[in-house]
Amino acid sequence: MSINTFNLLKTKNQKNRNISLILGVLFFSVGVIDFYLNNYFNTNITSFLPRIINFFTPLIFAVIGLHLIRIEFSGIRLLDSLNKNINTNNFNAVLSTSIILLVIFALPPLLNWLIFDANIAGDTKEACTGGGACWVYIKVWFNRFMYGMYPNAEQWRINVTFIAVLVFMAAGFFVPVRFRNYLSFYYTILLPIISFILIYYIISGGSFGLVWVETGAWGGLSLTFMVSFFSLIFCFPLGMMLALGRRSSLPVVKYSSLSFIEFWRGVPLITVLFMSAVMFPMFLPDGTYVDKLIRVVVAITLFEAAYTAEVIRGGLQALPRGQYDAAKSLGMGYWKLHIFVILPQALKLVIPGIANTFLALIKDTPLIFVVGLLEVVGMLNLAKTNPKWLGFSMEGYVFAGIIFWIICFSMSKYSQKLELKYKTDR
Amino acid sequence: MKLKKILPQLLTLLFIVLIFGFFTMNAQENMDTRGIEFGFGFLKQEASFDIQFSLIDYDGSHSYARAYLVGLLNTLLVAFIGIILATFLGAVIGIARLSPNYLIRKTASFYIEFFRNIPLLLQIFFWYFAALRALPMPEDAPLLLNSSFMTIKGLYAPSPVWTNGLTFLAFFILAIISIICFNIYANQKQENEGKQFSKLYISTSLLIIIPLLSFFIAGVDLSWSFPEIRQMSQSSYTFDGGFKIPPELIALTLALTLYTATFIAENVRAGIQGIGKGQKEAAASIGLTPNQVLKLVIMPQALRIIIPPTTNQYLNLTKNSSLAAAIAYPDLVLVFAGTAMMQTGKAIEIVGITMATYLTISLIISLLMNWYNKRIAIQEK
Repeated sequence: MSINTFNLLKTKNQKNRNISLILGVLFFSVGVIDFYLNNYFNTNITSFLPRIINFFTPLIFAVIGLHLIRIEFSGIRLLDSLNKNINTNNFNAVLSTSIILLVIFALPPLLNWLIFDANIAGDTKEACTGGGACWVYIKVWFNRFMYGMYPNAEQWRINVTFIAVLVFMAAGFFVPVRFRNYLSFYYTILLPIISFILIYYIISGGSFGLVWVETGAWGGLSLTFMVSFFSLIFCFPLGMMLALGRRSSLPVVKYSSLSFIEFWRGVPLITVLFMSAVMFPMFLPDGTYVDKLIRVVVAITLFEAAYTAEVIRGGLQALPRGQYDAAKSLGMGYWKLHIFVILPQALKLVIPGIANTFLALIKDTPLIFVVGLLEVVGMLNLAKTNPKWLGFSMEGYVFAGIIFWIICFSMSKYSQKLELKYKTDR
Repeated sequence: MKLKKILPQLLTLLFIVLIFGFFTMNAQENMDTRGIEFGFGFLKQEASFDIQFSLIDYDGSHSYARAYLVGLLNTLLVAFIGIILATFLGAVIGIARLSPNYLIRKTASFYIEFFRNIPLLLQIFFWYFAALRALPMPEDAPLLLNSSFMTIKGLYAPSPVWTNGLTFLAFFILAIISIICFNIYANQKQENEGKQFSKLYISTSLLIIIPLLSFFIAGVDLSWSFPEIRQMSQSSYTFDGGFKIPPELIALTLALTLYTATFIAENVRAGIQGIGKGQKEAAASIGLTPNQVLKLVIMPQALRIIIPPTTNQYLNLTKNSSLAAAIAYPDLVLVFAGTAMMQTGKAIEIVGITMATYLTISLIISLLMNWYNKRIAIQEK
């Protein structure tokens, strides 16, 4: 048998294809089964070998199996594509096997924890009896994770505001063609004002018979959305101005933009938030009070505007000089040239960069815990110290991780789609 | 025409002066009414708070300046370890992303998509509060590699005990100097005579042999101090000997590395993909082996694309290390902008110093990387 195998290793051709195929599959399955038994049934079928060797036996068997089925032009389409994709040489076979074994090792416990052993029924800690995740915890705290300390009876106000803002945002897509030119004006100036008024009167309350809810009580995912929404809207025009300023030929404008950008890019966001919390009140006239939430939004906006500016500058630099010259030769002034010729082209180029900045902004919002505002991650940390619900931090972080992952992943996919849509080949 | 140039500049200047003037005036007024004095004299005062983890000698009797230094060193430590690990991991994942092997490629892109889309703070919290908290207590901890313990209180590993440690250090420096000299010599030889040395092997062997010599001729000796468990009270155990890596540092390094590596990996992938296919084919057609193609043709060109965005990632990692404050790892922000500020109340000075420190670190890193970038840039004739 051993001689036979040896020969097979040497010459794999059409003639002994089938036997080598069968042997290969056999070896591979032995490897996988050995690994499976090792991990889930605590039985080691190769325990007669020394410890150091039998630890690697699944890998060795599987790689021998893959080696045997590596037959060139086997005539079986599936086998050929398998060989081409995961089994080109021994090194690749080792890597592929390691990954397959890793999946076998990690996936079942993970799925068990997440789904099969998890508890979702009931609404006390005692309902969690299985070995898996306790989703009851998330269910009970769900409102807190979404709305923070906002009073339960008033939470419809947040929902109404969000739906209204979404409607106003979507309205931009349905305007008639002749008003298209005013869209950027609508999105950068009108929409923030409308949303601010909505948030001020509905979420904050205090008039029209609505109870006043202070911003300290706001929180959860809705706060994440509010902070990132306003910062996103404001940081874009500011970043554009800074980018133009940095490329300006006027030295004062150029160097002040440059130092502004470099300053904000050089410091961590956490210190900026510290500054907005403890230093900023010192810089205002005695007695004026600016709400914590507004200070945070301003701080994040200034911080991200510097990054946006650098991204847009990249787009401006990538445009060929001819564009500037051509526009100038038509007699366009500085603003006309930039608004009608340069920026529309430059912004198209930087869609991925802008999307990355926006993603970074969303991922930075949890940092506002520094000033005592508790968005979803902050609420998790609060909930996990609740004496009734100790020991469920894992579920909380997994939950928040899934939410953020969905938001960020869909945003990055959307930006890739936009990039393709606006791609113009030069 | 002149007015058109001067007017915007004047307006900008006026705007800046007004804002700054307004802020300084208010700050002056506020500090006067609250009786706070502006000044850096507090740096010499006794700090009177303890820091859990410190690279240099420190206790409560030292000054605030010393506490600042402790925080700064801790920040630099995390940034340094993080940058090295993230570069390594990022390069591996980036290359794996381009592997012909379907499984490897998909695993790499899964890793990237997974870790880059979750906020770093959440990842730090996850590792610190969820993953590392699941580790055993010191008394139940299994022995790893016959020497270390991984417990809820941190990693306890054996620490080296040197006799004549300084001599060893001298030999080590000697080895590095000889490697540099050898490399310069080998480069010259290659330039002038076209003779090639296997630089990597000779350098590595020099690095091993020369320090090893010190054991035989200079009386250097090395022994290990192993951590040993000791009962402190009824239910509390600790380890004696060895050295301890606190769980905060582990969680922070892990999160920073895994998060930043995704971005570096994307940079590496973009850099390698940015090299034209013709380069690869041309190099292969003159008979270079695949390894040589990668080392001599692809990498030198790809590095030019990779380095500028990677510099940004290094800067981001350094700045993100300030998130340490959230899990109480005593970095610059926690020690100085946190505890020291609470005690002294010198908000403006302390936040100012902290920001200035980060600005300086960023500046130094970008200067270093710019220098390196210039060195490998295309030398056009």
